[in-house]
Amino acid sequence: MDLFVAIMVNVAAASTPLVFAAMGELVVEKSGVLNLGVEGMMLMGAIAGFAAGYASGSMLIGIIVAGIAGGLLALLFGFLTQHLLANQVATGLALTIFGIGISAMVGHSFVGISLDPIAKGIPFLEDIPVIGKLFFGHDILVYASFVMTALVFYFLYKTRAGLILRAVGTNHDAAHSIGYSVIKIRYMAIVFGGAMAGIGGAYLSMAVNPMWVEEMTAGRGWIALALVVFATWRPGRVLVGAYLFGGISILQLNLQAMGVTIAPQLLAMLPYLVTIAVLVIISRDSGLMKKHAPACLGKIFHASS
Amino acid sequence: MSSAATETARLKLTGVTKQYPGCLANDDVSLTIMPGEIHALLGENGAGKSTLVKFIYGVVKADKGMMEWNGQQVDVVDPNAARQLGIGMVFQHFSLFDSLTVAENIALGISKELAGPGLEERIEKISEDYGLPLDPHRHVHSLSVGERQRIEIVRCLLQEPKLLIMDEPTSVLTPQEAERLFVTLRRLSAEGVSILYISHKLDEIKALCHAATIMRGGRVTGECIPAEETAKSMAEMMIGTNLKAPERHDDVTLGDVRLKISSLNVPTDDQFGVSLEDISFDVRAGEILGVAGIAGNGQTELMDALSGEALASNNESIWIEGEAVGLTGPGGRRQLGVGFVPEERLGHGAVPDMTLWENAFLSGMKRMNLMSNGFMKIKETVDYAESVIKQFTVKTPDSSHAANSLSGGNLQKFIMGREIMQSPTVMIALQPTWGVDAGAAAFIHQELINLANNGAAVLVISQDLDELFAISTRIAVIAEGRMSVAKNVSDLTVEQIGLMMGGTHDLPDDPHAQPHVEGGVSHVS
Repeated sequence: MDLFVAIMVNVAAASTPLVFAAMGELVVEKSGVLNLGVEGMMLMGAIAGFAAGYASGSMLIGIIVAGIAGGLLALLFGFLTQHLLANQVATGLALTIFGIGISAMVGHSFVGISLDPIAKGIPFLEDIPVIGKLFFGHDILVYASFVMTALVFYFLYKTRAGLILRAVGTNHDAAHSIGYSVIKIRYMAIVFGGAMAGIGGAYLSMAVNPMWVEEMTAGRGWIALALVVFATWRPGRVLVGAYLFGGISILQLNLQAMGVTIAPQLLAMLPYLVTIAVLVIISRDSGLMKKHAPACLGKIFHASS
Repeated sequence: MSSAATETARLKLTGVTKQYPGCLANDDVSLTIMPGEIHALLGENGAGKSTLVKFIYGVVKADKGMMEWNGQQVDVVDPNAARQLGIGMVFQHFSLFDSLTVAENIALGISKELAGPGLEERIEKISEDYGLPLDPHRHVHSLSVGERQRIEIVRCLLQEPKLLIMDEPTSVLTPQEAERLFVTLRRLSAEGVSILYISHKLDEIKALCHAATIMRGGRVTGECIPAEETAKSMAEMMIGTNLKAPERHDDVTLGDVRLKISSLNVPTDDQFGVSLEDISFDVRAGEILGVAGIAGNGQTELMDALSGEALASNNESIWIEGEAVGLTGPGGRRQLGVGFVPEERLGHGAVPDMTLWENAFLSGMKRMNLMSNGFMKIKETVDYAESVIKQFTVKTPDSSHAANSLSGGNLQKFIMGREIMQSPTVMIALQPTWGVDAGAAAFIHQELINLANNGAAVLVISQDLDELFAISTRIAVIAEGRMSVAKNVSDLTVEQIGLMMGGTHDLPDDPHAQPHVEGGVSHVS
């Protein structure tokens, strides 16, 4: 039981960065923008959060600064794609490369320093026998990621602002002709997505592995991007997908530790392989994809008047 | 209605001018609409109608000009301001969101306060009151075009508009749906709502509108009371010259069957697509077979199946010149002598960024022998493209200009000419004059007729009934992926076709009453 609880705590820790990053990207894509720079924004958040947390000694400040850093990088993406009408795919790729470079440069002086990890567990509640540790043994950001999922769902499907955002992603010309400001709405979505990616990155450098390592996101930004598609742009499925990936990555670590006679390289591939396999299978249902996919995804909006 | 001189005009525009780069869209346009008046704005594509209404609705800012609303000068900065004044607009290309529900779509187009609780009940009430049946919970992609238009109208009515702008509302409707729409519009007019009705269909304007303003080339060229004019006199004001109706030789003797479709089934895996079911027909040398139908009833799927972009499952279901080609791709079919004119000019009929001669090469390389050992014969290709431009009066400096630099009508003439110069024995065209100005449309119609007269078998799939009646020898109707038996044009009326377009369920005939057409016509299952 203790082992199980320990594994679950690790699974939650492995999944949470993905939940944040993918939930942010989900909102961005729902508004019709494809930002492939998630990896870069996560790295920016990771180093900014780590540096701010280290300098101030406050985890909260670290997380906030990480969100701001990710948001700023996203703002750059927004300016390039929404104002200068640059190609979103190319700009997103450039953003990732830029994020890798600048985070390595800033992080150079932080290599080798470690930080106290964010505290785990909710006082009193985690002392409840059996379920206490399982449900209340996590750090605050794990709960925040669940709250964020619920908020994103509520926002997208229950509020007028969410409806407008989805409308912009479905048909930006129609939204414009009705009188909504497509570019303003997309800017806000892009910055939100960047902030979420930044927080997801900071979770890696402040909670999972409280130190700075170059390119420490190790492709999680790309997995987050894939998750959004695999989840057919639905928040609940994004959460499930993130935990599928997180679960398998922890499972394979435990399998390695137990001395299973499968090459560790193969096991390490497992989470990526399974996630991609599921992605491919789900994407085969073209009807489902069409129903939820934002029809204007990646298309440049140019107001004709 | 406009006789009441003491009344204040609901809307008065004075001297509206709008310059786009390279095009004066509106030149000193003035327009007055009285309360309760149905006012027609008449003009060809590109006459400046859309720019003018976009100005009224606050989507476009004019360079000059004044707008008065109920006698007060107003400045409409955006569509929200227009809606607050009481202006509602039903767009030609609907501003709807496919993946959202009817209620969500309506909520998006009205103010926050109106979109509050009880919206669904109010939608149901209005749609009942005005005879516009709508289910608020349906997703838009599952609705017919007529139903989609109802969403836009209900959305406007919820805001209790004082002026309703309708941009080409009947271009997508069956004649019966249009008639139902007119009933609603007349009722609104009786309730005091002014309607600005944009169209180029003269008969409807005569039947519906109290007054008309006619535009050409961005200017107002005439004002009239439609009821006192003839369709011809209005057409002349609209077009500026006397248009010749296409000449058809009715005494053409039909030749061999050149295109034969027998029991063609194409299931679709696309949620928004239509499956073709058991389609059979044939087209003989010298005739034009018209296929009528409302958009989204299988026309695109039929075109894909005929062009070979979607292969049939059975080789024997499509025959060209006596050869089974169900499993042959587009290139093979072209080589047998088929010419294709797809619906989408840019991106399907032509590569937008490539020059005209490159586009000419892509479709004509085999039939025109423009390739040698894998190299393009550039000189021959340019000559070919230039001769298309010359013979089909395409307005462009030369063939080195990109396809997307041409206007819709000119590009369509080029694509049509490119195919016709390859002297096809079978010609298949989907919506050949969609979005093309009247002059170019008349030209294209004449070319299609000449092609048939010279012995080609021509198939035209179109939503435009006037077009089909003007050029076709026989007409069939496609509805929900099934095709009716083709009948001679002389045996058909617009009303009959309209009923059949509404769906095969409404087919009013019994099979025995159909006139027998020579040459293996098969019946719908």
